[in-house]
Amino acid sequence: MKLHEYQAKELLARFGVPVPGGRVATAAEEAAVIAEELGGGCVVKAQAHTGGRGKGGGVKVVGSGDEAREAASEIIGMQLVTLQTGPAGLPVASVLVEELVEIERELYLSVTIDNALGMPVVIASAAGGMNIEEVAEEHPEQIHRAAVDPTVGFQPHQGRQLAFAVGLDGDLLRPAVAVMTALVEAFEASDGSLAEINPLAVTKDGRLLAADAKFSTDDNADFRQQELVAMRDTAQEDPREVAASEGGLGNYVKLEGNIGCLVNGAGLAMATMDAIKFVGGEPANFLDIGTANSPEAVVAALTIIGADPDVEAVLINIFGGLARTDVIAEGVVQAKQQGLIDQPTVVRLAGTNVEEGLQIIDDSGLDITRADGFAEAASKAVEALG
Amino acid sequence: MSILVDRDTTFIIQGITGREAVTMTRELLDYGSRLIGGVTPGRKGRDVHGVPVEDTVRAFTEREQVDGAVVAVPPAFAPDAVNEAIEAGIKLIVVVTENIPRRQVAQFVEYAKQEDVRLIGPNCLGLISPGKTRLGGVGGAAESTRVAFQPGVIGVMSRSGGMTTEIANSLSEAGLGVSTAVSIGGDAIIGSTYAELMPLFDADPETKGIAIYSEPGGRAEYELAEYMAESGSKLPVVAFMAGRFMDEMPGMRFGHAGTIVEGRADTATEKITNLAAAGIAVAERIEEIPQRLKERIEQIEGAS
Repeated sequence: MKLHEYQAKELLARFGVPVPGGRVATAAEEAAVIAEELGGGCVVKAQAHTGGRGKGGGVKVVGSGDEAREAASEIIGMQLVTLQTGPAGLPVASVLVEELVEIERELYLSVTIDNALGMPVVIASAAGGMNIEEVAEEHPEQIHRAAVDPTVGFQPHQGRQLAFAVGLDGDLLRPAVAVMTALVEAFEASDGSLAEINPLAVTKDGRLLAADAKFSTDDNADFRQQELVAMRDTAQEDPREVAASEGGLGNYVKLEGNIGCLVNGAGLAMATMDAIKFVGGEPANFLDIGTANSPEAVVAALTIIGADPDVEAVLINIFGGLARTDVIAEGVVQAKQQGLIDQPTVVRLAGTNVEEGLQIIDDSGLDITRADGFAEAASKAVEALG
Repeated sequence: MSILVDRDTTFIIQGITGREAVTMTRELLDYGSRLIGGVTPGRKGRDVHGVPVEDTVRAFTEREQVDGAVVAVPPAFAPDAVNEAIEAGIKLIVVVTENIPRRQVAQFVEYAKQEDVRLIGPNCLGLISPGKTRLGGVGGAAESTRVAFQPGVIGVMSRSGGMTTEIANSLSEAGLGVSTAVSIGGDAIIGSTYAELMPLFDADPETKGIAIYSEPGGRAEYELAEYMAESGSKLPVVAFMAGRFMDEMPGMRFGHAGTIVEGRADTATEKITNLAAAGIAVAERIEEIPQRLKERIEQIEGAS
């Protein structure tokens, strides 16, 4: 789950990361009041789960409360389109009104998990304020990292080493190590998957400040991070993905083609997509129902797939291991009978109780195409597009 | 022969009274596995399909030989269960639980390494040596498992539990069969990677080839390629790489932070290049895997 910038900053500040003064506002008048408190001159920033907000018109520097009101009224309610959002953009319901910071230089600092090491890693770079992936690609020597061993934790000497590597020496050394330590603490205490400060600003008056911040959490830890879960802004996510995850239906991914896919298991999902592409088709989405094992779950899943206006054919590819294919078949038949999927439908079943499953499909008398194997299932789905 | 397990491997299930574990218990007993007990704190004295239940892992390890443990405990409690099994001295632990917070996965994977414990998973379906034993739910019902997993000569390693069975099924249909199949787990951090299990297959006289199922994300294939180049392993390996079209698919959710850490190495295209450079054949479709393996085994046998 991702947090908004203002939420991330509030969280990091609690652990001792210095952030600019300011608050979030959901109305233009509120923004004006905050701007006046900050002395007039400030920056008004759209709160949406995307980078590149400035270029999309979501960040405005203002000189007074009146200007802040005007900027906020333009930004709140806008659909913010950036390079990362796609043409539809993301809705903006609030702005962060923040003190203007005079920046001398910009650095990069983050904590994430290095899966190959199996440990959190602190990443620092003197090349801040830019797309860090591009920096990593073009100037890998400018990326510095330190692994956080779970048995000993982040050590100050690691922090000093990173600080020196990115030019944070002299009076900035101690604050730099403190920021890193606080960032690691916030990351660990909040079950982070990414805690990022970009840019980490060195101000003209010699302070370190988190000028922008991102924080996303490990969804697997939701059960013990209720305070953060309450901050989830589902308006920033694909409504169908939200429906699938809130209904406990597993993983829904929206794609750009016209074949809707119901599968069980992430591996099967990917292999099915590949099979479709291999015969020249394009998947519209896939919904991985995982270990769901009831007709009701299948009906609910097919409701989501069938309602996607891009879907012109449906491919159901199930390998019954723990799941029983007869139970899945029952759900498919019910969904079809209820008119929830009126698109041509191809079903491939294999594994546990496959004879019973296929019998249910045949006995239904419905117009459902059966297929054996991945390749045949994919070909028949593409043919069904007509 | 087989790797990690044989006919005599004894093991327990932690969390045996959970709904899915009860089903798994039935399937394992039907398959002939030597499942000797189960642990659920507070449920001592009960039984699940005749398998005795104790409060602690030590209750079993103190009185008999326990070779393995299958952890089927809900995610919030699974890390504690894994640590309990390690402390009790069990040397093979299969963690089937999914959705365990990653921070704790990192912790127990590290602990297992320190204590020389072979950890499989988390988020896996376990392992099977056809006709001998099975630890975990891989394959499902005993009857369909016997059909999909026939004893044979191919070692299988898969990041996807379901695809372990898909691939085994294709190998069995082609008459090659399976020596040992390991569902290694779908999480970003896992206890045993391809490269870590490969030496065991190399040492197994019964295994003549390897089929792996792989996905974008992570560096596991890269490490396997390195192992193959450095070890002089003679086993032919055929990989099926799912998600090869994901590279060009806008809108696909992909590990953003992972990309920063690992760079380009974890796209499907880059992985295929790495695997191929290490002499690992990459099948474009599942259906091709058995034929590609047969060809390579014949080549090797013809040459010797």
